[in-house]
Amino acid sequence: MHTATQLAHSVQIGLGVFYLFVALMNVGFALYQCYAANNRRQGIVWSLVAGVFLVHSLAYFAGANWIISAGFRDFTTQVMGYYGGQLGPILYTTVSIILFVLFLRYRKFFTEPVVAWSILNLGLLAAGWSLTDDNFRKIITKEDNVPIVMLIFSVGFFTWLPFRRAVLNDERMANGEPPMEKEEEEKVLVWPDLVYTEMIAMIVCTFVLVIWSVLLKAPLEQPATTAKAPNPSKAPWYFLGLQEMLVYYDPWMAGVVLPTMIIIGLIAIPYIDFNQKGNGYYTFVERKFAITTFLFGFIVLWCTLIVLGTFLRGPNWNFFGPFEYWDPHKVLPLNNVNLSDYFWLPLGVTFPEGQGIGGILVREAPGIILVLLYFAALPPLLAKTIMRPFFIKMGFVRFFLLINLFQFMAALPIKMVLRWAFNLKYIIYIPEYFFNI
Amino acid sequence: MSVGDFIRNSQVWKSIFRHPAPRDRRNRVVVMLTNVFLHLHPVSVRKSGIALSYTWCMGGLTFFLFLVETVTGVLLMFYYRPTLEHAYNDILALRDVATLGVLRELHRWGAHAMVITIWLHMYRVFLTGSYKPPREFNWGVGVILLVLTLLLSFTGYLLPWDQLAIWAITVGSNMARATPLLGYEGPGAKLLKIGDVELIHSGSDARFLLLGARFVGGETLLRFYVLHCVAIPLAVAMLIAVHFWRVRKDGGISGAL
Repeated sequence: MHTATQLAHSVQIGLGVFYLFVALMNVGFALYQCYAANNRRQGIVWSLVAGVFLVHSLAYFAGANWIISAGFRDFTTQVMGYYGGQLGPILYTTVSIILFVLFLRYRKFFTEPVVAWSILNLGLLAAGWSLTDDNFRKIITKEDNVPIVMLIFSVGFFTWLPFRRAVLNDERMANGEPPMEKEEEEKVLVWPDLVYTEMIAMIVCTFVLVIWSVLLKAPLEQPATTAKAPNPSKAPWYFLGLQEMLVYYDPWMAGVVLPTMIIIGLIAIPYIDFNQKGNGYYTFVERKFAITTFLFGFIVLWCTLIVLGTFLRGPNWNFFGPFEYWDPHKVLPLNNVNLSDYFWLPLGVTFPEGQGIGGILVREAPGIILVLLYFAALPPLLAKTIMRPFFIKMGFVRFFLLINLFQFMAALPIKMVLRWAFNLKYIIYIPEYFFNI
Repeated sequence: MSVGDFIRNSQVWKSIFRHPAPRDRRNRVVVMLTNVFLHLHPVSVRKSGIALSYTWCMGGLTFFLFLVETVTGVLLMFYYRPTLEHAYNDILALRDVATLGVLRELHRWGAHAMVITIWLHMYRVFLTGSYKPPREFNWGVGVILLVLTLLLSFTGYLLPWDQLAIWAITVGSNMARATPLLGYEGPGAKLLKIGDVELIHSGSDARFLLLGARFVGGETLLRFYVLHCVAIPLAVAMLIAVHFWRVRKDGGISGAL
């Protein structure tokens, strides 16, 4: 499907450079293991890995035509298309949540430098092979998508680093020692110790920015015209998580209410989090609840949805597998049903169009009652039962703020599951007043 | 006498720095106190606080990128006119004609990088629990700065006036149409009327306020240009001042003060 079987010369050169870079990275790691960590065996292992990448590099430079197997490509596309084309987003979301939970649960294992390095290498290898596919390459290498590739790697690295330190600190604290940040309270002068670090950081940043700017032109498409909308029309990349929410909620929720709640929720964090521990050092054990919640919001609901919206949402905002051609004519069955229909149709009750508010309220009563229960009855119920210790510690205002923010955060996963499991379109459907939830 | 000593002993040099080079402990303290830029820092910090693996430098880099954006942005303003007639052609000329043809690249990639660094800064501040008392307020200021950074990037996205720009802004600003009560397709907006006169319609709602018109057009371009170059940067600069001031008063990488 629109995929060439012969790699273009420029692509081969690009892949050669890519693998050369990865090989050099592994040479560096092998040297580090050999001489800094004094671990000969690891040194040998990573030299071999570097060799494998070097072979890839040389092969592509020499004009090899190693491309990802068509069978595998078609298989992934086919799998993502199951279940009325919905298996893609379901798999994507489920797998990211499972990985998230596994990472937190087995953080000690995952943050071992050798394990993290292996995962990085596997990721780069997968990326390298995927880049031999035309459809995948076309989307990944789009100019404005480069920041998202950077985002993936930097968020990955900056999740590994603090968790590595947290694991070490938690072990120290379990043994009765202070965290490493608190061990030396010694102070140093800002000049020269900090100002020089800052200067070096600025120089490195400038250097990277200049190289990036010289190598990659800023995108410029055809002159603007309102006559022809591109398909897909996408918001700037940092808002694609919000655009992804539009699949499940109407604009007033996805574009206004939920973003507002994100901002309010972020500002409210210091006033809700009554845990005084973990100030000024990395830890997980002392702040399990806070860190898990924040990471779920930032990584699973924000970053992975941006990646989904950028790389896997194509024309008509349909889901496309990573190797699938973005076919603008792809049609997915839309058979979503409103809750009111689920409720009233089996009872044989129908509602005529154009009725007054009274009729609408009766029609939508099941959804309205559910939403009211969710927002008004669930928090006191939780305060009475399983979250009673929280309620006592936090007091009335803090507790209800926390639970309400939680409920808004959970609103997206809940609607996702309802959509996938029951094809539910709206819980409350009042198009007369644009009030759809 | 070496040239360096000659310069350092001159009246001009002494009038600017007013103290000897920061080579001994006393003068390393004095330099932080007598320089308006350096005195954003404290004189001394916790040693573990400045370890790169602890602080990541992301807040500082965000500020640095803000300065980069300001400088490249000012230079770009020399070449760019925010009108339907000129905008796109000016960008073309920037690419093809202007000397130092990477100006727009520096500005655009710097903006993308700034969005990432400010997220990572927030991430680090969260993970070290640095928002905890007495620093709750400064965390809030930081969140506002983050939102303003996204708005800066969003308003700048429209300026090249190509298909990418206009449709990204159309998709983004369509949300405003659905603002509860204030958007003409928002829940409850139809309830706001006096007699038969609807107060909220497509010519008076939140989206109209944002775009200056019913659709993304010349008025929007001007509006976003002014927001992008003047209004939001001013607000950001003010809040950065507050943010830094509170870092000094409430504590930064050295921990709570």
